[in-house]
This record gives sequence, C-alpha cells and structure tokens, in this order.
Amino acid sequence: MISTIVVVGGGQAGAQAVDTLRREGFAGRLLLICDEPALPYQRPPLSKRYLSGELTAERLPFRHRAFYEEHRVELRLGLPAVALDPRGRRLELADGEALSYDRLLLCLGAAARRLTCPGTDLPGLHYLRTVADVMLIRAAIKPGSHVVMIGGGYIGLEAAATCRQMGCEVTVLELADRVMNRVVAPCVSEFFAREHRAQGIRILCNTRVTRLEGTGRIERVVCADGSEVAADAVIVGVGAVPTTALASDAGLACDDGIIVDEYCRTQDDAIFAAGDCTNHPSPRFGRRVRIESVDNAFEQAKTAALNLLDRKIAHDRVPWFWSDQFDSKLLIAGLSLDYDQQVLRGDPASRSFSVCYLKGRELIAVEAINHSKDYMAARKLIAERAQMNPAKLADPNLALKEAVGNTQTGS
Amino acid sequence: MPRITFIEPGGLRRVIDAPIGITLMEAAVQNGVQGILALCGGACACGTCHVYVDANWLPKLGPREEMEEGMLECAREPRDNSRLSCQIHVTADLEGLEVTIPKQQGAN
Repeated sequence: MISTIVVVGGGQAGAQAVDTLRREGFAGRLLLICDEPALPYQRPPLSKRYLSGELTAERLPFRHRAFYEEHRVELRLGLPAVALDPRGRRLELADGEALSYDRLLLCLGAAARRLTCPGTDLPGLHYLRTVADVMLIRAAIKPGSHVVMIGGGYIGLEAAATCRQMGCEVTVLELADRVMNRVVAPCVSEFFAREHRAQGIRILCNTRVTRLEGTGRIERVVCADGSEVAADAVIVGVGAVPTTALASDAGLACDDGIIVDEYCRTQDDAIFAAGDCTNHPSPRFGRRVRIESVDNAFEQAKTAALNLLDRKIAHDRVPWFWSDQFDSKLLIAGLSLDYDQQVLRGDPASRSFSVCYLKGRELIAVEAINHSKDYMAARKLIAERAQMNPAKLADPNLALKEAVGNTQTGS
Repeated sequence: MPRITFIEPGGLRRVIDAPIGITLMEAAVQNGVQGILALCGGACACGTCHVYVDANWLPKLGPREEMEEGMLECAREPRDNSRLSCQIHVTADLEGLEVTIPKQQGAN
C-alpha cells in the first residue's frame, strides 16, 4: 500500500505532480520539498516580464498557498533534500528531517551552467535561473548600464531584449557562428539577430570569453582575440546542466540526466523522476532525450504521478517550446533531430514565416516565427506523424494541413 | 473584485473573486480551476487556457489579436466564442462574466 509519497523539487514538474496525485485520488501523506524559499513558481517570465518589473512576485507562483493546504500537500520550503537512501526508502532534508516514503518522485530540474574562466569570482557576475538571481540583476542594472550577455541562446537573447527595453546598453557574446545555433535553423538565427541589432543590441558571434577583469568588481570582459567589452553587469546564459547529485550519490544511474524508462521510473522501483533532470526514451524520436521545457516538465510529471499510483502510462509527447524577444515570438513544435530536409514557408522579411523539418516525408519539427497558426497545426500533424508534400509545404498560401500528402508534385 | 464563474469540464461551477488587473487565466489557475492548464503562463504560446465565452459578453472583451486568432484556429474544438483566457484582463466591467472550459486543451 502506498501511504506516503514525497515529491522533491518545486518547479513546474513538482508542482504538477502533487496536483495530479490529488486529482487522481491519492489520499495518503503527500510532501513537496522545495529548495527555494518561495512557493513553486513559473520560471519562463524570469528573463522577460519579471526581469522588467512588469510582473510582480505575487504573480509567479503556480498556486496560492491555500491550494496546498486544501489539498493537504505538506510543503517544505527552502529545504533542499541532501541525502537519499533507496534501500531504507528515506530522504534526508537540509535541516536533518528524515522522511520515509513509499514512492519518491525526483523533479530536481536543472541549474545554470557555470562560466569557467579567470575572474568569475568578481562581483558583477550573474546567472538567470531563479527569482533570487533576477532580484540581484535588477539591483545591478539601471538605464544606461552596460550589460554583457555571455551566450546567445534563449536566455541570453530574452534577457538581452529585456535589458535593452529597460534602457541598458547591451552586448551579446556568442561562441558559435550564430545565435541560438543549437535550437533553430540559420535563417531563424539571422532573423532574430537582425531584430536585436535593429533595437540597438550589439551581437558578436565567434567570440570566446577568456577572462573577466576589474578592480573590486567586473569592469570588462576580455575575449580571445584580445578585444574588451566594458561591463557594469555580466549575465551568463550558457545552457543548463541537469541536477542529479541526489540521485547519483544514491547510486541511481545518471547520464546527462537521471536515467528513467518511458514510465518515468528510475532503476529503483519506488523512485521516479520527471522534468529537466531526466534522460528518457522518446519512442517517437527513436532515441533517448533530455528536454528542458515547461511542456515536458508538465507532461512527464503528470505521467509520472499516474505511474506512481501504479497506472502504466508511457511518456511520449511532441515537445514544444517558445521564446519572446522584443515583439517577436518564436514557437517551436517537435524536435529537429536527424532530419533529412528543411523547408522554408514564407519570407523572413515579412516577419512571419516558418521552417519545417522532414525526416523522409514525416513532419518532425516546425519553427514558427510570429506564426501561431503553423505552430498549432504542426503540433497536431507531428503527433499524427503526418507525411507531407514538400512542394506544397513550401507554399505559404496553403495551410499546413493542406500540405499533407506523400506524393511530390511540381518537381 | 469582480466575480467570475468558470464552468469546469465536469460541469462544476467555480465562482472566483478575481483581482482587477490580472488575467482570467491567472484567476483560474491560482484557484486550481480544473481544465485550464496555461502552461506558458500567459505568453500566448500553448493554447491550453481556451475558454468559451457567453455570447453576450464577447463585445465587452474586445477583439482577438492575430496571435490568439492563429492559436485558436488550430486548437481543439474552436468556436466563434472561443478565447484564450490569458489574453483577457480582469476589469470591473467583467462582474458576472461566465466562461465554459472545454474538455480538452491544446493542439494534440
């Protein structure tokens, strides 16, 4: 009998899991362990409307405190789990409390990857992952401040746009030859780089940071070619690493995330995991993946919660992602892994276009820029494993669903 | 605070006193109204806060913008009175508003 379930992690996945457990009728003792002091909250606004101050802290939590009380979820806020004993089914918290569980769900999330170069110990270096991080950034910048973003991925570009809108002088330093190179097609990178430059942001690609310098605090960033960029504040957005120490220290297999099966189960029958911290099989994409997204955290946690209650449901969803930068919205459906062909729909100069990825004729991913229609249609078509006609697909006047079909015409 | 009624997919009527200035979606989510997922937190990026608005109320809410229009067109079971609740801000005018939550959210 399952009388106690402990969920570790107060992000999207952890918050969703306790919700689902109660909705599905779990009536036993339920605990949610959060290492941050705040009620579980949404992270996506941190680099955007929370950084700008438009969204206040009260609007970040997923649920009011009353929700947890009503649903008898025992919260442990500001108390990281420090040790796990799978054999004894016990979890130890930072204050020494030892919790026994029948089932454990690890929703440990990911942490900002640290910059490693001389000077990172100087004041003025920031990451952007938590409310506390953003509070520090807000205290460090004002209109006219020189802000240097290290990394031109989602976080880097979103924060760059927000800082610019707050009146800062912003420079983005990107190691690769284009921004967001790991997640979008070259024409999409170009589009966003152009948008940023038009707003007065300086983007320097192929730029490796070698050290941070200053007297008592960071004053400049020094690059491999010897160039220097003046900085009042440096924000690092060079990716995230899954949080796995609790699991790996307990002997659970980890390899770029906690290894789970399609039922979100680790090697230990009583321990499950969900969200950014997991490395899981994707039957649809025929490989293991680790996905950092709100959607995956939500869906995988929901599935994990059902499986904690001994349902047997596989996690196999079409992931989706979004990014807001200035007034443009990037919407991504699917994963552009191992594709055979990219098809552009529409003209980037029109500021509304999309890029479709085909594997054979199967639609596996779409990047839609200011084009919610293609994006929503794509989520459905990818889920259905639709076969597309590439020639029709390239015609932006045809709706995406009208480009379904296995035979190529016109070429 | 305007009083807003959400009719959950199971038929349960949830009456919420919604603070002015937040969105309809936020009022629903913070109070654990079932059927509104709002995964993107109001960025008009997920299509999971879809509601049907009582027809008499539609004019008071103003028109749908292009992004919302595109999201709804390919949502599950869109209707003429479909809206994304993250795009509706609570105002004093909305006292008594009633919205119905569809059985399923999102695109797939």
